[in-house]
Parts: sequence; C-alpha cells; structure tokens
Amino acid sequence: MQSFDRSVFALIAALTAASACRGKPAPAPGPAAPTSAPGPRVNQDSIDAARRTAEEARAKAAAAEEARRTAAMLSSVRAELVKTIYFDYDKDEIREDQRIALDAKVPILTANPSVRIRIAGHTDSRGSDEYNLALGQRRSAAAKRYLVSRGVPEGRIEVVSFGEERPAAQGDSEESWAKNRRDEFEIISGGDSLRVPR
Amino acid sequence: MKSRRTAEEGQRRDRRTGVARASLVLLALGIATRGAFSQDTAKSPGVRIGLTYARGTRPGVIITPIAGVSGDSIRALISRDFDFGDRVQPVTPAGSALPTGALNYPLFAKLGAQAVVQATVTAAGSLHVAVHDIAAGRVMNVFDVALPPPIFGPEWRMAVHGVSDEAERVITEQRGIAQTRILYERDRALWIVDSDGANAHALQGTQAGLSPAWHPSGRYIAFCLLANDGQFIVVRDLLGGTAHRVNSRWASSNTPAFSPDGTTLVFASGSDGFDLYSVAAFGTEQPQRLTVNRGSVINQQPTFSPDGRRIAFQSDRSGHSEVYIMDADGTNAELLTTMAYGEDPKRTNPDWSPDGRKVAFQAQVNGSFQVLTINPRDRSVSNLTSEGRNEDPSWAPDGRHVVFTSTRSGAKQLWVLDVESARVRQLTHGDRARMAAWSPRLTSVK
Repeated sequence: MQSFDRSVFALIAALTAASACRGKPAPAPGPAAPTSAPGPRVNQDSIDAARRTAEEARAKAAAAEEARRTAAMLSSVRAELVKTIYFDYDKDEIREDQRIALDAKVPILTANPSVRIRIAGHTDSRGSDEYNLALGQRRSAAAKRYLVSRGVPEGRIEVVSFGEERPAAQGDSEESWAKNRRDEFEIISGGDSLRVPR
Repeated sequence: MKSRRTAEEGQRRDRRTGVARASLVLLALGIATRGAFSQDTAKSPGVRIGLTYARGTRPGVIITPIAGVSGDSIRALISRDFDFGDRVQPVTPAGSALPTGALNYPLFAKLGAQAVVQATVTAAGSLHVAVHDIAAGRVMNVFDVALPPPIFGPEWRMAVHGVSDEAERVITEQRGIAQTRILYERDRALWIVDSDGANAHALQGTQAGLSPAWHPSGRYIAFCLLANDGQFIVVRDLLGGTAHRVNSRWASSNTPAFSPDGTTLVFASGSDGFDLYSVAAFGTEQPQRLTVNRGSVINQQPTFSPDGRRIAFQSDRSGHSEVYIMDADGTNAELLTTMAYGEDPKRTNPDWSPDGRKVAFQAQVNGSFQVLTINPRDRSVSNLTSEGRNEDPSWAPDGRHVVFTSTRSGAKQLWVLDVESARVRQLTHGDRARMAAWSPRLTSVK
C-alpha cells in the first residue's frame, strides 16, 4: 500500500508540474497541493480494500473456529470410541464402572455405519503367558458381546488378544497390573469421515 | 504338597554331605576335578563323582587325551557333556599326562574310571572312538563320527555332542541328550541354543513368535505368530527356511504341538473361549475340533503322550485352570490334576515326558508358580522347584531333564533340572528368555 500511494503522489506531482509549465506562472506548489484533489478517492479505495480484507479474515477465522470446534468434537468422539476399559484380576466380565465407556461408543458406532473397530484384550503378567493370550481374547470378546447386545452389527467389530505381551505399564505392582488388564479400541476403517452423533 | 520336601531342598541337603564325602574320596584317589563346569556355582560346587546319590550311580569315565589341533577342545566338550548329562562322571586325573599306547586297565581302575573313552581324529577329519569297559578289560564298542567343518562351527560342535551321547549309550545303555537344542522366546522373536548353552541366536523369520514346538524330526517347528490382527499358527522348515500359516477358522490360534509320529498338529483356537483342533501337519484340510467348548471356556496347551494316543491339556472348564487328559480324538476327557474346592492354583503348561511316566506342569504354590510333575497312572505329585517363580516345563528326550523358565537369578531365564539328582544349571544368559521347547535328538550317529 505504501509504495502504491507513493507512486500515485509522484505521478500527481509530475502532472501538476507539467501543466504549470504550459500555463501562466503559478504559485510555487505547496506541499499540501498535490494531495488535496485526488486524496479522498485514494483513501476510500484503501478503506474498501481494508474492509474487504477484514471481512475475509473474519470469515476465515469463523470457518477456522468452526473447523476447530468440529475437530475438537470429532476428536472427543474419536477419544470416546477408542477409550480403554479395564478389568479385574483374572476376570473377563465387564465391570460396572466400565459400562459408561462402552455405552458411549454405541451412538458413535450407530452414527458412523462405515466405521469398523478392533478390540484388543490385554492382561497383567501374573498368569501363565499362554493362558493370558486366551484371557485377553475373552476380554475383547466380552466387550464385543456387550456392544453387539446394544445393536452394533457383529461384522463391524474384530477382536484380538495380546495377552501380557504389550503392557501399558511396566513393573510388578497392583497399580501397573490394573493398567494392564484392559481392552484397547482401534478404528480400523471409516475413521477419516467420522460424524458426530446427534 | 506343602509338607512335601522339594527335590531342590533335598538336593541341597544331599549335596552338603555329598560334597564332603566326594572330597574325601578325591583326596584318597589323588584326583582333582577341573573348574570348567562352574556355570552352576551358586547351587552346586560341581564336585561330584559316582555313588554320591542314593537314587543312582554315575560311572566314572576318563577321556584320554586326543591328538591334533582340535583334540583338547573335543575332549573338553565331551567331558562337559558327560557332566551336564548327569549319567556318567568325567574323571580327570591330576597333573601328569595319561599313559599313551595300549590301555593299562588296572591303572585306569585305580584312577576311578569304570569306562574309558579313547578318540582319535582321522586323516579324513572324522572321529574314531573306542569305549572301554575297565572292569571287564575289554572294548565295549567302536564307532566313527564325521565332524563337519569348520572346526568349532555349530555343526562340528553338534557332531561332537553326538559322540558324547553315543558314548553314554554304550556305557549306560541310555543315549545322552547333548546333541539337542532348545527353542525359546526372547526379544519378540524365537531363539535357539545348544543344550550346553552355546551358540544362542535368534531364528530368522520368527519375529513376534511365541510358544515354539518341535516336529519329532527336528526339521520343522510350529509356533504362534502374534500379529497386529491376530494370533496364527506357523509351521517353519528349519532347513529350507520356508514357512506356512496353518488354516484355522479364527484369527486367534495358539499353543501348537506335533503328534509323536509327526503327521498331526494340534493347537488351540477360538474367538472367545478356546478349543483344541487337530489338523494334518502338512496338509490343507480343515482342522477338526477335539474339545467342545461352551461359552468362554479355555482349552489349550496340548501335549501328546509318547504313544500318540492321549493328549494332556490345560482347561478352565471347572471354573479354574487344571490339567486334563483325553484320547487323541477328543473323547474320554478326564481331570488329571487333583482339584480341591476353594483352591485355585492355576495349573497350566502341561508337558508329557517322553517315557510317558510323568506330566510336568506349573501351579501356584504359596503364591508363586512352581514346576511339578504328576504321574498319569497313580496321580502322585512331585514338586521340582521352590526358588523364585518357575514355569513352563519342557522335557528333554531322556525324560530325565526338564528345561523351564525361572526368576531365581532375577529376570526370566531358562534353567535345566535333572529330575533324578535335582541338579540345576542355568542355560541362558542375557535378555529375558522364556517358553522353552526341548528338541528331539537331532542327529543319529553313523
């Protein structure tokens, strides 16, 4: 903008000087003279431009804000869908306090019929390693049964087990063990076009 | 079982008196033993000769010096194999070199030998071996073993182990187990190690492998591949390097076992609970179901009786984990381990001994896993371990040694126990090792 204004002023100054040469001797041009006549129009242009720019920026910001809100919502939807649930020692029953996490997944899966998930069952390290592979499978199957009983089509849920092979927490304490007795959820397809349930 | 004296405790007691007695005998005979067998120092001073144990005797054997560049190594290897085999006792006369030439039987008898192993490296690079019976004053047997080059290479060492095993067979009528290997899991791959702890290395193409099992030929292995999308049974040819996945209905199958005749593979598979399935080891047929699972019952970890007619396995059909046996076609299932109400010792990981007399398994004893055996006939139970957490037993082909996972030295490592003498030695060192499977005997002597 600045360089544009400066070149306009230069042009006006040159024209004024030329006409002065052709006509009568004019008074020496004051510094205010060149800007007085075209000044208002130039300012109006730049004000319009600035207004347009501001409007565009506002629209962009609004869109960005909307996108941010949607992204945040989708990310929370995604987080709900993949939220880990936990189990008691050597058990595969869905704990009362873990049902909320499973219930929250049902409307998301219903609103997104193209989404498929994989449930991976894990155990702590106390049982025999091979028994734990089976126990992990039972845990993932238990969560699948729960979701299917609430209307999620069976074909959209895969189950696997990693037994004690992929612990979430290291160490031989009840705190670590409790973190390791779990089902993890993974979106294996349809996750790119996730919709927020209404 | 609490009141039962464990084999290890008994061993410690026996050893204290045994060591003193052995030392006296050695002093009297002017015999010193070498310190080469000190892997097991914490538990065993490594000084024992025959007649120390009440449950069996170990004939003393002298290996005469072997000429040639590899002679000393061959002699040391055989001597260590005899030591680890727990059947014969290597005797090393102190100081002076043994007489060469024709064997002076009375002299060797005086040195404590009941047998002498005399070996020479031939021009063709094989080992010519004569085994002498000292008391009878005669040659018991003569045999030749090819030693595949390079000297000290893995196959050369295995061939020397074969010499030890054959010499043990000649002396004791029971072939040794030095010429075997043990598969196990380490660092998310399958590893293999010689029976004497040498040559441990990862097996190519077994990443994410668990629960290895040997084919009776020693050429193939089966294992569970723990992939991101499921558990699969893989059969791998150790010679050709090829591998294939075994058909199964569900992408969650584990704990494979080959039948003793090598034709059949049994494994556990399921989507919730697990059942045992049987399939032709190298065919393409669909697996046949052996156990009939209700709900989420687990049946897994099959192990065949040596005649192939019965299968022992782990199941929690009673509500907690026990060992069961059934016919190989899935009929006549019965509880093997004794169950007491209110108790849940989590009995798992059965392995049927090659002589058929025992099934080793693991169970919680005083809150920690220990290795036990049960006799399938009279159901008598013996406790084999007491120190640390001990699990996942696998029998050696002699039905006398067991390899298992133990935390007695800290992280999980493999240990070998001689069930008869209760002597233990650490097999693996380094990163965590577990899920051992002892191979069959790997090569027969020509």
